[in-house]
Amino acid sequence: MLLRRHLAGGATLKESDLRSLAAPYNRGHHRFAVFVACATFVLIIAGALVTSNDAGLSIPDWPTSFGSFSVPPLHGGIKFEWSHRAIAGSIVLLTISIAAWTWFADRRRWMKWLGLAALGTVIIQAILGGLTVRLFQPPWVSSAHAAVGQTFFCIAVTIAIFTGRRWVEEVPQIEVDHRRPSLITLTLLSIFVLYVQLILGAMFRHHGMGWWPHVANAVVVAFVLTWTAIRALSQFSKIDAVRRPAIILVSLLIAQLCLGFAAFLTRVAWGRDAIQPELPMVISTVAHVAVGALLLATAVILAIQVWRQVPVSFEERVPGGTRKPVAA
Amino acid sequence: MNKRTSVVMFGLLCLLGLWLLVGCSKKEETTEAPASAPSSMAQPAPAATPIDPATVASISGSVKLDGAAPKTAKIDMSQDAACKGTNTAETIVADGGNLANVFVYVKDGLGDRTFDVPKNAVTIDQQGCKYHPHVLGVMTGQNIEIKNDDQTTHNIHPTPQANREWNESQPPAAAPLEKSFAREEVMLPVKCNQHPWMRMYINVVKSPFYAVTGPDGKYEIKGLPPGDYTIAFVQEKLGEQTQKVTVAAKDSKTVDQTFKAQ
Repeated sequence: MLLRRHLAGGATLKESDLRSLAAPYNRGHHRFAVFVACATFVLIIAGALVTSNDAGLSIPDWPTSFGSFSVPPLHGGIKFEWSHRAIAGSIVLLTISIAAWTWFADRRRWMKWLGLAALGTVIIQAILGGLTVRLFQPPWVSSAHAAVGQTFFCIAVTIAIFTGRRWVEEVPQIEVDHRRPSLITLTLLSIFVLYVQLILGAMFRHHGMGWWPHVANAVVVAFVLTWTAIRALSQFSKIDAVRRPAIILVSLLIAQLCLGFAAFLTRVAWGRDAIQPELPMVISTVAHVAVGALLLATAVILAIQVWRQVPVSFEERVPGGTRKPVAA
Repeated sequence: MNKRTSVVMFGLLCLLGLWLLVGCSKKEETTEAPASAPSSMAQPAPAATPIDPATVASISGSVKLDGAAPKTAKIDMSQDAACKGTNTAETIVADGGNLANVFVYVKDGLGDRTFDVPKNAVTIDQQGCKYHPHVLGVMTGQNIEIKNDDQTTHNIHPTPQANREWNESQPPAAAPLEKSFAREEVMLPVKCNQHPWMRMYINVVKSPFYAVTGPDGKYEIKGLPPGDYTIAFVQEKLGEQTQKVTVAAKDSKTVDQTFKAQ
């Protein structure tokens, strides 16, 4: 933060100075973090498959499966639920590993805490998973399970970003943001509306509320994310670290709106009286959840990059009545 | 918040979660005591109100579907090779306009009468990855025996509004499960989360005056004391319809009902 303010204020630092302040790039650590993030994405898909196939309670006990830790016969809904549990168990082990690796290998104190935050989140997520089975899927517990799962995914993605070569070694391309609302405000607003959308979607999927709040908020999400992406691309397209996630954000938004429409048709319009989960509904809803997770993670990446690369200017009243813009 | 406080808070959070899980892991008693019984040291259930067998009446009739029955949905059982049942859904079964699986019961008119709970259990059989019967009537507190005749594991998961929810698995050749429901509840859904097409409805009532229409749409309720009654006809998809009827001693009334196709 101090370095950022220093740079935004117009001071110059040599690249060697920056490298001495930052942690050295650790290829193994970064690749493992990327692996954890990818595995978490697979876990989100596995979880979505459980819900879409109505298989959440196909194994009535937790943490055991039919009273044991061995693999049960994988037929019917059991294959979805047990696979989800097996991948989730692996993710817990991976998270313990990445948290320990970060604690011992990363010099940055905040990174150590981020690793611990990932571990804490995955433990909370496991407890919510257990509660959703034990309490027969009350909508608020199942929705919290969905929301915390995507929060963990975002943390895993940020660990992968913060351990990457670009983050560790590249000098930020600083450009001061003079417009209001600032781009950082817009990116934070994007994360907020996406989070609300995630909770509304989860509540609908878990029979806690109707579909219309989720659909109504989709309009708000589309507006805020488009505004954010246009602002990022029109004003800061020279900054690669901002341009890339902004382009991905708007691309994912278009894909997500199409998938949302498909999910609405297959589940609400055509699938209302379906006797069992049908393949088009399963594919469209699982893809909708997966792209939603990517969209949220992209919004988080964009916010982080904007925070790093685009400091906000503010006007300071100087004695004597003159105003001079100063970077924050 | 310093480092130590953060660690303590995190630890407490984990302990709280574990405590919640342990609390939820206590095996639930799924055979419920009747709502009228104040405790497990229960006083005996109140004696049944006597009915003079010389005066009892009966109600019978048939239930029809007016209009074309919707096309029967096909079930895809391919996700479990052990499932070899008939693959048609039973949401609306109306052969020749005769509506099957309608639960018919005396909804109102019995006043404060009490009735003996039958000692014999009713049976739910899981066969061909379907529940038999699809619609069941049972008295509050009456035992339900649940069997699995399939070569695959099922789970039986009632999702009631007024009774306690439970979810138990039953492997092939396992001993039958014995369950009962304490409170009245009509069209209580039961499903198997392993085979999502498996669905049935249990109707729990306080009196023995109920019936389920057969494939010919017919039903019969016997042994009714003379009186004014409201008869309810409930179908899982088409909802509930009622009729008022008065029966005199030894009467044999015909009460037909027609549901409109949606």
